[in-house]
Amino acid sequence: MAADGGDGVSGEVAVLGVGMHPWGKWGRGFVEYGVAAARAALADAGLEWREIGSVVGADTVRGGYPGYVSGATFAKALGWQGARVTSVYAACASGAQAVNTARGQILSGLADVVLVVGADAAPKGFFRPAGGDRPDDPDWLRFRILGATNPTYFGLYARRRMAVHGDTLEDFAQVKVKNSALGTLNPYARYRKSVTAEEVAASAVVADPLRLLDICATSDGGAAVVLSSMGFARRHGAVDPVRIRAVSTVTPRYPTTVPDLPDIATDSAVAAEPAAATFRASIARAAYEEAGIGPEDLALAEVYDLSTALELQWYEDLGLCGEGEGAKLLRDGTTALGGRIPVNTSGGLASFGEAVPAQAIAQVCEVTWQLRGAAGDRQVERARVGITANQGLFGHGSAVIAVR
Amino acid sequence: MSRTRTPVVAGWFAGDGDDFRLLGTRCRACASVFFPREEFHCRNPGCPGGGDLDEVPLSRRGRVWSFTDSRYRPPSPYVTDPELPWEPCTLIAVELKAERMVVLGQAAPGVTVADLTVGMEVEAVPGVLHEDAETIWTTWKWRPTGVTV
Ligand SMILES: [Zn+2]
Repeated sequence: MAADGGDGVSGEVAVLGVGMHPWGKWGRGFVEYGVAAARAALADAGLEWREIGSVVGADTVRGGYPGYVSGATFAKALGWQGARVTSVYAACASGAQAVNTARGQILSGLADVVLVVGADAAPKGFFRPAGGDRPDDPDWLRFRILGATNPTYFGLYARRRMAVHGDTLEDFAQVKVKNSALGTLNPYARYRKSVTAEEVAASAVVADPLRLLDICATSDGGAAVVLSSMGFARRHGAVDPVRIRAVSTVTPRYPTTVPDLPDIATDSAVAAEPAAATFRASIARAAYEEAGIGPEDLALAEVYDLSTALELQWYEDLGLCGEGEGAKLLRDGTTALGGRIPVNTSGGLASFGEAVPAQAIAQVCEVTWQLRGAAGDRQVERARVGITANQGLFGHGSAVIAVR
Repeated sequence: MSRTRTPVVAGWFAGDGDDFRLLGTRCRACASVFFPREEFHCRNPGCPGGGDLDEVPLSRRGRVWSFTDSRYRPPSPYVTDPELPWEPCTLIAVELKAERMVVLGQAAPGVTVADLTVGMEVEAVPGVLHEDAETIWTTWKWRPTGVTV
């Protein structure tokens, strides 16, 4: 299975090292967080920076020009050593796109060992669009015309779930309770304090029906992974490394049926029948297909809980349960640590806050620690297969399946 | 000097009172409807192609797909008067049956989330986004049918 038929044929790459800079609101530049994460990942891999053949940066739009060329920015900060460089941007999915770019370089033989880095220094308050008048930019338009912040979209999805599936505010609060408890066990999380359902209910409403503690914050943070060919891993002495078996980077299929950030409307289905699966569901489906596994094979999942309600939606979109059954899965403990399929053992965005280009890489870090059996008090027993899932603005799906 | 009434985006809506309509475009080749309007290319990948895009008014009425509100002042380019306290602004996503699409909009003044349920009928009405010394910036609002504001 693993390396049968040689490196290229297996379609797998090895995760040699992972590293993170703790999430927080540190008030420093993104380069510092990225370099710290990169050094940690290199140390974890037992490699010198000079041995890296290619560096892939996940860009940030909040760091000026250096943020748009993050691969080179990190390479320079680590000390120019001539490595091939790439910088990618895909909103919240940037990190997964960076992982996929590195994987593509390895599987095509362009590079043997690749460093992937993403980091962000987040602004205070709501994410806002870039300045200037841009009536042809949907992101500018939704703020200009509707004042529609990211939380208002989360509010729309949450209210829809309550109306269609009968989810309750208590269900949403219990997602926060679960994730905050896991966050207390993670030294890289920004929030390391248990939260009660009463505290969620007492927090201010931001976008009805969601409250402050239902919605993830924005954070500073950095994450990095070192990926290599299976051959390099063997030569390097990594006998049984975690392997990335699939990376889904799918786009939606016309016509969309859910109003996705930052759009003001869905497509019209008047001339074309929508696909059976929504965009979010198709993200995981593509990853399962590529990996040759199904949801029943998973030991854990890291999903993008931008809001508590959205975590329940992911349960259904990953196929962990049927449509509308997400809240039931939470209520019966299936997705808690010790349950059949723990979700967001890292503490999730609820405990981290979003550091956009680093977040999808951080998800891969958590799955790697879990599959190595190195997740400490958060450890999922006998974890062999994990998935990460995420959706970025402007039609970017991402999911990574790792195995060991 | 009287102030001019200017749409916040040109060409997205027109008409007064009962004649008010959101304006999209429709592909002559495949009949796909677009809002915001596509001017040059149909986005249906199954479209045979070659069709021009004509302006088309959207259904005036639809059903609430979901709703929420902004309890905090949104950042620019949303325009607010920082001197005034922020009043929560209700947002509604509306399903248009004929077009088989969902369109977002602000609720008419005075409509709060407590007034709304998923599935309720609403209609597009003309509204004011904000005003300054020279201009009244106009937009569309969703209002529950039968409600007089
Ligand atoms: Zn067409």
